[in-house]
This record gives sequence, structure tokens and C-alpha cells, in this order.
Amino acid sequence: MSSAALANADKRARVLVTPEGIAVPVKVASRASRFGALALDFMFLNIALVLFQILLSLTIGGAVEDLADAADQSISGAAEFLVVIRILFVFIAWYGYFLVQELGPRGATLGKRAVGIRIAARGGGRLTPEAVIARNLLRDIEIFYPLIFIIVTLITSAAGIDGGSMIWAALLWFLVFALFPFFNKDAMRAGDVIAGTWVIDAPRTKLAEALSTQGAAADATSDTTGVRYEFGEEELSVYGEHELQTLERLLREARPEALAAVHATICRKIGWDPGAGDERAFLEAFYAQLRAKLEGDMRFGKRKADKHS
Amino acid sequence: MKAPMLGSWFGRKEMAAPADIESAALRSDRFRLEREADWRRLEDIIARMEKGGLKRIDDDDLLALPTLYRTAASSLSVARETSLDLSTLSYLESLVQRAWFQVYGPRKGFFAWLREFLFGGWSRAVREIWLDICIALFVMVAGAVVGWLLVVQDQDWYYRLVPAQMAGGRVPGASREELLSTLQVEESTGGLSAFAAYLFSNNAGVCILAFALGFAFGIPSLMLLIHNMALLGAALWLFNEAGLLVEFSAWLSVHGTTELFGILLAGSAGLHIGRSMAFPGDRSVLDAASASGRRSAVVMVGVVIMMIVAALLEAFPRQLVAASESRFAIGGAFLTFWLAYFFLYKPRRLDHDTAEEAA
Repeated sequence: MSSAALANADKRARVLVTPEGIAVPVKVASRASRFGALALDFMFLNIALVLFQILLSLTIGGAVEDLADAADQSISGAAEFLVVIRILFVFIAWYGYFLVQELGPRGATLGKRAVGIRIAARGGGRLTPEAVIARNLLRDIEIFYPLIFIIVTLITSAAGIDGGSMIWAALLWFLVFALFPFFNKDAMRAGDVIAGTWVIDAPRTKLAEALSTQGAAADATSDTTGVRYEFGEEELSVYGEHELQTLERLLREARPEALAAVHATICRKIGWDPGAGDERAFLEAFYAQLRAKLEGDMRFGKRKADKHS
Repeated sequence: MKAPMLGSWFGRKEMAAPADIESAALRSDRFRLEREADWRRLEDIIARMEKGGLKRIDDDDLLALPTLYRTAASSLSVARETSLDLSTLSYLESLVQRAWFQVYGPRKGFFAWLREFLFGGWSRAVREIWLDICIALFVMVAGAVVGWLLVVQDQDWYYRLVPAQMAGGRVPGASREELLSTLQVEESTGGLSAFAAYLFSNNAGVCILAFALGFAFGIPSLMLLIHNMALLGAALWLFNEAGLLVEFSAWLSVHGTTELFGILLAGSAGLHIGRSMAFPGDRSVLDAASASGRRSAVVMVGVVIMMIVAALLEAFPRQLVAASESRFAIGGAFLTFWLAYFFLYKPRRLDHDTAEEAA
């Protein structure tokens, strides 16, 4: 992660305080992931509607045509039934898709789940059905009405009817709401403001193995060569927490070329002669001892953020 | 659960069994290994709750949930002060967050909420926005009067107010018979249910628009109300000229009492949001907006229900019942019902709701 991205991630970090006084860290979802989620949901909905349409015409569509021909009427009972079903299905799908899923235990639609975000009540309260309803009713005027408005205006002007300033009004309408999340720090859209909700990251992190139970991290001895790596106070004090956690990531990722490069850098920094072939054991031992030192200092209230401090 | 990468370096297959606590060289890793089983149990319960609610959880797990949640939360605060293991910290942060959402998740299911809504919640929300309803009602009446007066002054206004496709045969200068024929019943029921579904979808859309526009301080909501009512005023004038005012009112009242009431409520709900954002009082604008937004959302769910009723009335009884008296009776009965339901039906709030509100 670059430093700019890190700074951005920090800017999105918030703390919810629960009723029993526990601070739960949350991160406001990025605007990009929210847009992605919306695009996915829109796609899913449209696919479902098209499939429903196909299914409907495959199963009973043929029968309806026969009926209509036989009766020679403009609209038969069965066809009318189809129209009713279709209108109601579209309405229910449109509002139900978002409502039912956001009221569920995950607080997220399929699209939101795919990008790893969910909705929550702002300020740590309970998410209520009213809030979910309010934020979803607003979505229509924020996105879909202006979009339809723009498309209709474009079509009519293509057909030669002069829309005049209508297209600009529609564009303005669309932009006001589309840009709304960029003008508040919690990236809320208008619906979130009305409902008292926000959208946050919902990470589902797995617990990785403990690093200090195995290999050279546990006993400072290399399994392959039997060498014992012991680092002195001087050598361990060149790095801070940031470097430690970078090293942790590299050890977990375990790419040999990356490990070799880090091995060489650390050796140069602490004035050791870099050998080859036993990089992993060296790094594990270095990691465990550096962490032991930094955590020991932590217990005495001394923290070292990175190598510069 | 799985750590295939680490496992493969050390030639182990799976690390299913928890590592030996004593084997950890670091104090912070020993802290973690001691508590890991609890965390994993919590994660397992949470995962099942996220999948299918409370039904999949047995009583033991449910009883353990609050304790496990607090253990994980206190582990997180200890780990923040003593551990530099990034993976453990981020795991705990995500675990505590997920557990928090389940412990403090929505307490009511959709159907419990719906029952509470129908038996008290809806009418309470309507009574809470009484001032906005009064304002919106005034605006609607004023809109109808303005529409009438405009057309009296200049008949061209009629064509500006009433879109051509809506007017049909109802234009100034049309004969009494032509106008009367637009109020007639249909000869068969064919096409009426499709008509009803279309009307519902259309009217509900207008109502949601009136509500959502309240976001701009309620002014667009009011303009929408005025425009719709001016149209009605113009139509009233037209039928009055032909001496058909009573017939037209009867024709309109069948579904109109429900539909106009619904539009009134939708406009009021929008106005309520706009008003509370313009005059938030001693709360912040955001707090005021969200409090009024939730209240208005309850009203809006009700409006959608009213639109279903109105569309059914519009498609069936209005097109099938011919006599003005019967039409008035139907419309009047519904108006009485709505008024009684909103303003006379005041069931006591259920106890747990009051507690929740207070908390």
C-alpha cells in the first residue's frame, strides 16, 4: 500500500462506541466501492427482470397468443393477467431487492457484499426498518429519475424536437445528487442523510497462523543450516513498527525473491554479511526478536512508529 | 482455519489443531493462542447468524454470544496495547465489528415490524406530522382554486394545465353528453386489472417523487402538489360549466378520497423532511434530517398501501358502479375509514418499543 493510500485509509477510519463502552473501529466505504456495488446491483436486477420476462413468455406466453387469436380480442383475460404480473413484479423487484437484503443480518445487497461493504446506523445505533426504507426511497430521485429524464430528452432531441434547456436541467439534477457524497466527509448520499445511515467497509478477515510458534521465529535456529541468529540491542533498534508489519506481510506472502531482497537490505542496514540460501530463517528470527523488543518497549509505554522516529 | 502457504513451507498438511501455546516465543502470541478458541467459536456463531438469522443457533451458543462478544472486544483493546501482530489485530477488528452488528442488529424481523406498523405505528407517524399535513392541505386546496380561477380568466390555461393525452374528450366546448360519457361505467371488466396495476405503479411513483423532493427543503413537493391540484381545479371548472359538477365529483370520489389523501400524506412527508432541515431547532441538521426522514418513511410505506387501495377502487368500482349516490357512498366510506384510522385509532405503544426508544 502506498503512503497516499494509507493516509486515505486513515481518513476514512471512524470509531463507534457501543453502549458498554467498547470502541469498534469502522471504516467509511470508499466512493469507488459504493459505485461498484450500485453498478453490480443494477446489473443483477436487470438480468433478473430479463430472465423473468423470458420465463414468462416461454411458459405461458404462447398460450396467451393462441387465446388472443382465437377470441380475436385486443386483450384477453390471460394476457391481462400477464400484464398485471409483470407490472407488480417490476415494482416489487425494484424496491424489494434493496429493502429485504439491507434489512437482513448482513445489511447489504448482493453488490455490496461482493465489494465488501454494508450499511449501518450512523453513530452506532440500531439499524431500523424505517431507516432502510427512507434511504431506498430516495435512490429514485438521486439516480434513476434524472437518468431517465436525460435519456428521454436525448431521444426526443434526436427525433428533432428541441428540448431547449431541459437537458441542462436534467444534467444539473443528476450532478447535484451524484456529487453529493463528495462534499461530506462520511461519503453519504442524500438518502443516507435522510435515513441517518452510512455505508462502511465490512471486512471478513481470516485469522492467520501465529508466526512465533514455528521455525526460526520460535527458537532463533535455522532448520536447514542449524545456525543460530541472535541480534543485539543495537541491531534491533534500527527499525520500528511500520517496518515490522511490512516484514510480517512479506513472511506471510512468502515470495522468495521479495524475501531475498529484504534479507539483503536488512543485512546491509545492520552491517551483517548477507549470505544466501537461508533467508527465511534469518528473517523469521529477526522478525521475532524485533517484535519481542518493540512489544517489550510497548509495555513500558514506549512506541516507535517507524525507522525515522 | 486454513493457512496453506505457511503449512507448505513447513511441510505440514493442515494446522487444524491449535498450536501448542508454550511453543510460542512471544508473549503476545501466547495471549492470542490462549484466546483463539473463543474467537473462533464467536466467528462460527456470527457466520451462522449472518447466513440465516437466529434459527440456526442453539441455546448454548446464543447464551454464550454476549460473553464471547465482550471477550473478543476486550481482547481487541488489550491486543492494541500489547501486540504488533497486524494479522491478529485486523482479524479482531473485523470480528468485533461483525459481532457488534449481530448483537445490536435489527431486533425486529420484517413481519413483526409490519404488524407493529399496521397496529399503531402508521397512524402514530401520521399524527406526528399533523402540522405538515395542514400546510399541504392548504396548499392543495389553494392549488385547486388557482386552477379553477386561471381557467375562468382564460380558457387557454386549460390546455396548458391538462396534458392532451389525459384530457381525451374532456376539453372546453365539449358537449354535456360527451363529458357525461367519460364518466360512464365500462361495459365489461376486461382490461381493468391491468389498468389497476398500471395506475398503482404510476401513482406510487408520483407519491415517492413528492416525498423524495422534500429533500430540497420541501419546495418542489409543494410545487408538485399545486400543479396536480391546479389540474383538478381546471377539470372541476370544465364539468361545472356543463352542469355536471356533482356527477364528476362522485366519479372522482370513489378512488379520489383515498388517492388524494395518499398524495396529501406523501407531500406532507416530503415537506416534513424539508421543514426540519430548514429549521432544525437545537439539533444538528443531520440529526433533524434523519429523525424526520425515518418518521416520513413510515408514512410513505402507508402511502404505497393507500395507492394499492386507490388503484383497485379506480379500476373496479369506479368503472362498474354507475349511480352518483353509490359512488359518493364508496368514496365517503373510505374517507371516513382513513380519518378514523389515523386520528381516532390510538393504540397504546407496546412496552418494548418504548424501552427501545428510550435506550
